[in-house]
Amino acid sequence: MKESRKKKVDSGKVDAMTKKYKAVTRQLNFYYGAKQALQEIGLAFVANQATALIGPSGCGKSTFLRCLNRMNDLIPGARVEGRVLLDDRDIYGPQVDVVNLRSRVGMVFQKPNPFPKSIFENVAYGLRVNGVKDRQYIDDQVEKSLHQAALWQEVKDRLNDSALGLSGGQQQRLCIARALAVEPEMILMDEPCSALDPLATQKIEELIDTLKSKYTIVIVTHNMQQASRVSDVTAFFYMGRMIETGPTDMIFTRPHIKETEDYITGRFG
Amino acid sequence: MESTLFSAGEGLRVAEGSRGSGPVAVLADPRMQARRRRRQRGLFLIFRLAALVNGAALLAVIAFVAVRGLEAINWTFLSQPPREAMTQGGILPCIVGTIGLSLGALLVAFPIGVASAIYLNEYAQPGKLLRLIRLGISNLAGVPSVVFGLFGLAFFVTFLHLKVSLLSGALTLGVMSLPVIIGATEEALRAVPDTYREASLGLGATKLQTIFRVVLPAALPGVLTGGILGLSRAAGETAPIMFTAAVYFTPHLPSSILDPVMALPYHIYVLATAGTDIEATRPLQYGTALLLIALVLGMNLCAIVWRARLRRRMG
Repeated sequence: MKESRKKKVDSGKVDAMTKKYKAVTRQLNFYYGAKQALQEIGLAFVANQATALIGPSGCGKSTFLRCLNRMNDLIPGARVEGRVLLDDRDIYGPQVDVVNLRSRVGMVFQKPNPFPKSIFENVAYGLRVNGVKDRQYIDDQVEKSLHQAALWQEVKDRLNDSALGLSGGQQQRLCIARALAVEPEMILMDEPCSALDPLATQKIEELIDTLKSKYTIVIVTHNMQQASRVSDVTAFFYMGRMIETGPTDMIFTRPHIKETEDYITGRFG
Repeated sequence: MESTLFSAGEGLRVAEGSRGSGPVAVLADPRMQARRRRRQRGLFLIFRLAALVNGAALLAVIAFVAVRGLEAINWTFLSQPPREAMTQGGILPCIVGTIGLSLGALLVAFPIGVASAIYLNEYAQPGKLLRLIRLGISNLAGVPSVVFGLFGLAFFVTFLHLKVSLLSGALTLGVMSLPVIIGATEEALRAVPDTYREASLGLGATKLQTIFRVVLPAALPGVLTGGILGLSRAAGETAPIMFTAAVYFTPHLPSSILDPVMALPYHIYVLATAGTDIEATRPLQYGTALLLIALVLGMNLCAIVWRARLRRRMG
């Protein structure tokens, strides 16, 4: 067990050196009006890895996550400084189409939020708004996405039923399928399991593990065990700063910084 | 009622006085508990009665009008124009006029109202302009209906040369029902969780797509409620149409939207105050009133059924 764990970390390190970074933030500052919520965040996300963002409530990890697909643009008075590079291109650059960016960087939210539409239409939504008309393609894509989200078996006979009739865990997997349908390159998850029971949580975690092979995943979580189970890299946030980052094993076994250790051992937060 | 409140005050004094024996003793005191129960029961009874008054008032109005008006209602009454200086015959022109006026008002006010509400709630930037518009809307809601009538007369009838006509009346009623529709629509839009908007934008939808494909469908039941409220209000008003659309008497049905019309509320007013024989037309007055109520309730009922079906479909 320990052997394999060790191996995984090593391969992760090699990946980090040889593989390209999918996304990088440089000196990222974020302000809600006059209040600074993020200070000088520099983080890199390796392609096909899961990165966990941990830290006490209000530390800025969700705010940071929402900078990665410019979801914070919606907040009046919000301001961003610094750079966020996706495939080496600044997503805050003048030529960037935010709408297009968001279909490249999918998002799963804290509370399952399926639309009040049928299961099928929920998954097809992203395709439809992006102008896909080909019905065969939509059908295929919906089925594929539901398979990927490990939901197909449970819903294949009731695709036209309302999505609101599903259980919380199913709804969250539906939201994941919905995000997958537009074939994003990166998936942001903002505490995706916080409203779910342990069994549903386990399913989502298994799902994250399989999704890694195709996508770059960033997950915000309050659950330490979850972070250690699903992520390759962990970044610890505290008071708007990124305190420490490294391979998940290292962060959880021998962190270099005292605040990190205090947090993961439950001494505060 | 007075004794309930009084005993509540007494209970408080007892509680304070017995502090020495500790708060637990006060809570366990059966007399104190009985008093609290009595007080709760008494106040809840008052609330329940207050709520019942509403239903009773509606029933009373309907029953009163129905008992007196039912005898006047028959096929002739519904299908003929008035005769013999409006002491005989039916009220068909009034029915047609009121339906035309209220649907016309809805046609004018619904798109403008819903569009305004979308602007105000979905993408207006907070600032001076927004405050000004909101101030305008809330003041529009407070303007007495007779002022709308005078405005309609001065603006639509005289200035725009639309004459006393179905069109002028529908426009005037439309302006009047705007705040109702805007208010209800805004409330419905506000009730749509932000997570829907975020989810939609997060999938690469534009703001417009988000509004039309997610927000509006989710808000539709509430938006329809706004439409119903506007429609009912327009159907029942007298003052805004008496200078702009309604005439004392015309045996003809309107052949264009520039024709004047008769209307149910104005007809009731005319028969009851200025008719040739007020006493003799009492049954006609009540009959007309009954029909107006039935029309408004009927429209509401249709919309409520429609709304319920929409809600069910959305699960």
